[in-house]
Amino acid sequence: MQKQPKSTQWSLYQKEIANDNYFYGRSCIRQNFFPASEKTFLKILREELGKTVLEDPNHTTCTGIGYHSDVVPFDTTQTVVARQFSLMTAMGLKNMALSCITSFGLYTEILDTWHHFPEQLAKIRELLYKATKREFELPENIAHASDVIYKFRNEIAQKAKYKLVNKETGEPLRVVEHIGCHYSKMFPQSGVGGAEFPQVLSGMVEAFGGEIVDYPERRHCCGFGFRNYLVQANRAYSISNTKKKFESMEPFKPDFIITNCPGCPMFLDRWQYAIAEMEGKTYDAQGKGIPVLTYEELAGMVLGYNPWDLGMQMHQIGVESLLDKIGVAYNPEDKYKDIHGNQLPVPECPASLRGKILDTKHK
Amino acid sequence: MIDVLIIGGGIAGMEAACTLHDLGFETLILEKEKQLGGHLRNWDTLFPTKRKASEVLEHYVKEIQQRGITVYLNTDVTSVKKQEDGTFELNTGREVQFKTKTVLMTTGYALFNAERKEEYGYKIYDNVITSADLEKILQTAKGELRSPSGNSIQSVAFVHCVGSRDEKSGNHYCSNVCCVTGVKQAIKMRQLLPEAQVFNFYMDLRMYGSGFEEMYREAQEQWHVQFIRGRLSEVAETIDKRLQLKAEDTLSARPLRMHVDLLVLLVGMESNKAAADFAQSCNLACAPSRFVQPKDFHIESNKTNVEGLFTAGTAIAPLSVFDTVNHAKAAALSVSEYLKKNN
Repeated sequence: MQKQPKSTQWSLYQKEIANDNYFYGRSCIRQNFFPASEKTFLKILREELGKTVLEDPNHTTCTGIGYHSDVVPFDTTQTVVARQFSLMTAMGLKNMALSCITSFGLYTEILDTWHHFPEQLAKIRELLYKATKREFELPENIAHASDVIYKFRNEIAQKAKYKLVNKETGEPLRVVEHIGCHYSKMFPQSGVGGAEFPQVLSGMVEAFGGEIVDYPERRHCCGFGFRNYLVQANRAYSISNTKKKFESMEPFKPDFIITNCPGCPMFLDRWQYAIAEMEGKTYDAQGKGIPVLTYEELAGMVLGYNPWDLGMQMHQIGVESLLDKIGVAYNPEDKYKDIHGNQLPVPECPASLRGKILDTKHK
Repeated sequence: MIDVLIIGGGIAGMEAACTLHDLGFETLILEKEKQLGGHLRNWDTLFPTKRKASEVLEHYVKEIQQRGITVYLNTDVTSVKKQEDGTFELNTGREVQFKTKTVLMTTGYALFNAERKEEYGYKIYDNVITSADLEKILQTAKGELRSPSGNSIQSVAFVHCVGSRDEKSGNHYCSNVCCVTGVKQAIKMRQLLPEAQVFNFYMDLRMYGSGFEEMYREAQEQWHVQFIRGRLSEVAETIDKRLQLKAEDTLSARPLRMHVDLLVLLVGMESNKAAADFAQSCNLACAPSRFVQPKDFHIESNKTNVEGLFTAGTAIAPLSVFDTVNHAKAAALSVSEYLKKNN
């Protein structure tokens, strides 16, 4: 990509992102994969930015994975989502912020369906009422949680303790951004920057001082793709998609990857380990793998939060190489301690994939 | 009072001006650019003969000069007002106001802005150009042709229907000339770069005109241009400035990924902004395609809904040079009939 492209046609894709008073919808799988990310989002919004974000413990799955795997009918999915709207309505809120990209895509799809087929909306209202006696208003604004961080990226940058700059060279870090497929590929107008050049993550990276890498397979699926992975026989397809992305980004020597989807950081992180085991290949010069961060982890990291409070010890690919490049303060000894300071077992998986795995498995 | 005021000095305007002059009418051309010729000025060769566009251009400019037809250059018409007596008053950026018995609108077309299809990377990646850019490059090409980033060219891909027959860009119509332009340019690239592979990604190849199908056959048999039925889904740049293309070959029903050194987008035609301005100032009817709506597409394709206001060429739809010239000549006769009847 040109350093300063003559065309920035994608900037025409803009969306309104609410300024305050969000009903927060958590993700099913992120709470397992990267449990501290959602906590970090709430902390940044509430404590750093002074925003009101409410949750309801009765919030459930949106059925997205089941829907996209063809095991949950669309009417059921719509009714479940209508119930989430009823929780928001009951709290007197009108703005939704969703943690999960698939939920965000699904909510967008459902609202678009109801816009074009009002009779479907009437039917779902009736189904929900019959099942639960609940009623609901449509949200005035739906944002993915990364949209919210993007909206306040400059405020976060002003409070930031660290910049995405290599402390040795003074050069901006080179960052691969990976956008979840359901963010704007289905409805380009629902994402900042549209489907081809989404700005939601690149805008954050640039505000925090980094530089975006535009590599050929930037838009390609991370490899999760639901049935690619959920059907065990398809898992070779899942990892081959991930491998395709890493081979494509390798020549650009990225310092780390940032994502905004539940599945993407999981698969881009874990499959690096699997590829190293299977083929003895890593995609960075040091053989440590390329760290993969969620956008909350990124925002928390530049704000100076303790990496272990951000849950970065949950990553398969160690983040220490990135922390060291920036100069983030951390205590390596605390990496595997619980919240009371008790030492937990240290995983066998080593910090250096090539150094340890290859030595032990492939010699 | 002038008999015919022609707005637009491209080939349609010049052809009609010469014919009307020869029929004895006082004719005046208003051209918004600093030279006559319109888009043809930026074109290298014309299909299907592959003759130089400059030959056609020079012919018309010479004909205009020989007849002493008055031409106002750098003159942008801002409004056309029909008077109660049936004549017209035209305002331009100039102080002088033009009064005329009839107006012939030959305002031509606008090239589709390929930036609107951002997935193709125009003005984002150095080696993505349009068919119009390629014509300009070919006009002045000397020595070995290289990509805009300076690399040698081993493979070139053309993408048909960029901004035509396309829901996203809001242009549902076919631009007529891009298919054969793609074939012509593909042959030219093989001639200039004998070692290069040339691919054309198409939906249909609409070889409607005389000599078009023969040229398409020539491209395949003689020049080994490879035609792939399928549109690109995305273009991306590799670290060495090559372009990675993704598409589906819909004949073999397989996705494909390939790398090329140069990508040429065959941009379609859109209605000129002038048509919208006219429509506002004199209630001119436009078609859903935003081109001027002829009064009767089959029988009176040079007349508009405004009596005394005529049109010709690509103001009404995408047309080839061949069709434009014929349409302009027909317009001259239509104007002539009107003037004879109303004088």
